[in-house]
Amino acid sequence: MNKKQSVILQRTYIILIFCFMYLPIAVMIAFSFNESKSRSNFTGFTLDWYKSLFHNEMILSALGLSLVLALVSSVLATVLGTLATIGINSMSRRTQLIVNNISYVPVVNPEIITGVSLMLLFVMAQNFGLGGDGGLFGWPTLIIAHITFNVPYVIFNVGPKLRQLDPSLYNAALDLGCTPRQAFFKVILPQLSPAILSAFLICLTYSIDDFMISYFNSGTMQTLPIAIYSMTRKKVSPEINALSAVMFCVILAIILISNAADSRAYRKNQTAIRKAMQEEGER
Amino acid sequence: MDENIIVSLKDIVVDFDGQKVLDGLSLDIHDKEFVTFLGPSGCGKTTTLRVIAGFITPKSGNVFFDGKDIADLPPYKRPVNTVFQKYALFPHLNVFENVAFGLRLKKMPEEEIRPKVLEMLEIVGLKGFERRSIHQLSGGQQQRVAIARSLVNQPRVLLLDEPLGALDLKLRKEMQLELKRLQREMNITFVYVTHDQEEALTMSDTVVVMSGGNIQQIGSPQDIYNEPRNAFVARFIGDSNIVDGVMIKDFLVNFGGHDFTCVDRGFKSNEPVQVVIRPEDVQIVPPSIGMLTGLVREVIFKGVHFEMHVDVEGYEWLIHSTQASQPGELIGMNIGPDEIHIMARTEV
Amino acid sequence: MLKSKTSRWLAGPYLVWMAAFIVVPLFIVIWYAMTNSDGQFTLDNLTQIGRYSSVFARSLILAAVSTVICLVLAFPVGYFLSRLRANKQHIMLMLVMLPMWMNFLLRTYAWMTLLEKNGLINKFFGLFGIGPFNMINTSGAVVLGMVYNYLPFMILPIYTAMTKIDDSIIEAAQDLGCNVWQILWRVLVPLTGPGIATGITQVFVPSVSTFIISRMLGGGSNLLIGDLIELQFLGNSYNLNLGSAMSLVLMVIVLLCMSFTSSFDESEMEGVM
Repeated sequence: MNKKQSVILQRTYIILIFCFMYLPIAVMIAFSFNESKSRSNFTGFTLDWYKSLFHNEMILSALGLSLVLALVSSVLATVLGTLATIGINSMSRRTQLIVNNISYVPVVNPEIITGVSLMLLFVMAQNFGLGGDGGLFGWPTLIIAHITFNVPYVIFNVGPKLRQLDPSLYNAALDLGCTPRQAFFKVILPQLSPAILSAFLICLTYSIDDFMISYFNSGTMQTLPIAIYSMTRKKVSPEINALSAVMFCVILAIILISNAADSRAYRKNQTAIRKAMQEEGER
Repeated sequence: MDENIIVSLKDIVVDFDGQKVLDGLSLDIHDKEFVTFLGPSGCGKTTTLRVIAGFITPKSGNVFFDGKDIADLPPYKRPVNTVFQKYALFPHLNVFENVAFGLRLKKMPEEEIRPKVLEMLEIVGLKGFERRSIHQLSGGQQQRVAIARSLVNQPRVLLLDEPLGALDLKLRKEMQLELKRLQREMNITFVYVTHDQEEALTMSDTVVVMSGGNIQQIGSPQDIYNEPRNAFVARFIGDSNIVDGVMIKDFLVNFGGHDFTCVDRGFKSNEPVQVVIRPEDVQIVPPSIGMLTGLVREVIFKGVHFEMHVDVEGYEWLIHSTQASQPGELIGMNIGPDEIHIMARTEV
Repeated sequence: MLKSKTSRWLAGPYLVWMAAFIVVPLFIVIWYAMTNSDGQFTLDNLTQIGRYSSVFARSLILAAVSTVICLVLAFPVGYFLSRLRANKQHIMLMLVMLPMWMNFLLRTYAWMTLLEKNGLINKFFGLFGIGPFNMINTSGAVVLGMVYNYLPFMILPIYTAMTKIDDSIIEAAQDLGCNVWQILWRVLVPLTGPGIATGITQVFVPSVSTFIISRMLGGGSNLLIGDLIELQFLGNSYNLNLGSAMSLVLMVIVLLCMSFTSSFDESEMEGVM
């Protein structure tokens, strides 16, 4: 096999895999514009499904609930996790290992186990009378569950960054007159902020996307994934196609924007570094 | 107490996990001096610096600044500033903000900060760089920012922790001269840590040679080089031949089977000693008139001189000479009284 | 230093949280698994699971088949992507990850419509006069759903491991006389071992514990462990004790799988994050 043939083979293979990954999504998006409810015959173009999607009370309220839940639980998880990271970092190696291993549990455990184990906890708490007559399930259980599966992601995102931090940065701040508290807020926190921000965004996406854990702990409340699930249980509802199309576009837009911003910053930096090298050479 | 002393360490003991890093170290640093702590890694030189800066609290002992005990003063209240090994510039701030950092903390008004920072940047040769981000600077430029960031606070003492270690040789030489110039211009005390003996000898007014958490010798570069107090210092500072000998009486020493006149006295009669002779101080003469004779084993051309390894009664001597001898040649060697340095015998 | 004794207290709230919502719930699962509805100690729940051995076997087999298919599909992708120019790699990687960001219920629903008796795929076959095939509600459809949903989780760690293999290593292997297969078995597979191990865990664990994929694509006839557990907790056969026992067994299965794959490489978890 010569080089050219192998390149063609490689390309074909990659294209086939991407077809496999994208065709179902493409078909869904295409059929979101289908006039009839048929999922195999394209009978004509319409935007009706989008219209009815944006008037679907169930979807809209579920979306609202998911966004609020994601925001609240992500903020709390980020704060809790960031504090924890700093605390863990100053523990002895052994304790660090134990705490980190326990933190891994929600990450590696099947989601269904995390879901049911929390549900059992809340059922027990309810049996002890917590939550009163209305029961515990709802906002409190959802928020607790989401914080629980999100905090580890904060710890494992911010932790490495904190360990990489040059310890003399903190000393330099003290040396230049910072009190320990000032040194933390003026120097350490700004260094960690990109990692904290990305941890926060990860929490947001996991929280919005989560079905399994919410499913067992939502009581009668419907998050967006739970609403989607109940829609898929009905026979035919082309609004799902429209919803998929909207979500796909939103995700694509977010990724493209963040990518463009990244690569612009990267290019700017590279040019400046080259310039600095040149200047040094000239001196 | 000497008026001129700015920092004084008394019986400093530091241990990490039961291991003594500084073992009762005492030291006076004079004002407006360029002092270098020199020693191999692990000798305690950086630890000493960090004790002065306040990052390490010694287990016992006192640190005096201008005669006042500052042992309880946290780093941010000490009138000293540090230039860190890897600069420790704040990556989230640009050049100007890095330099202005200390002044801002002192709540200096903005209109005073700006001229001060710009002036300092000009002094370190970074005029026009104030809006650059730290990532956009070369190693040498980052180094200059770090120095400016410390000096702008007008510390009485500037502590430098192997600041040139990350730079390449050419840039390092350049920065050595620059640091020396800065110290003269600012007219403050520099305390400099390095493991590079050449760097220490070029820049310093006073060199403190350290090893194993103790001071081995304090002196001017010339003293340290010419009059090493023990074999460690002799070996660490430049190349040297250290041979065993016996002090016959004052001004007369025997080694290599020959009596030599020397300038040292005060040893006991027939006391075993060590004799230090620098490789460039051995004169090569015809074997017939040499005080010692040796067999040339190896000759290496080093540019300015030839480096010769010569066998003298079982000791290998190192000789630097501008004239080459041939391997296998028998040579005579003369050593003048001034070139012989006697030390009490120590085990190293 | 940052590592002061006082900053240790900052971890306090999380440690309490961790104990209350990670550690305690797991013990409650064990406690429920070992008791009956009156709170009396019993092993009945665990022994009852024997009746569901066919479901457990099906879960393990389908998850294993899906994992193998993912591995076979993903390995070449990881290799080919890692040999592209850096900027192209970046775009391709985005394309691999993009479907992962779609909610997996929607992705699975897409296949539901495609695989239907009068869905697009059967229509496509109809053009050639074959079919219609009975595709939905088969174990094949469940495997397809697992592969489709979790393929990126296999591609990414393999790709990451591949990027660390320099071209010169492959050239050296060729130079020493390796043919294509020998390069694969003697160089690429051993060097990507940790990535493969991570990929296997990341595909096998969600596959063996899913209940959505089986419910949406497998119909009623392809119950998996996940379905059983769900039925005990929220479904018709409400029995928390039996459900806990099943969860316990599932956890043991996952633990065994992980200890098997982690023997490839101790530091595998670093790559996951």
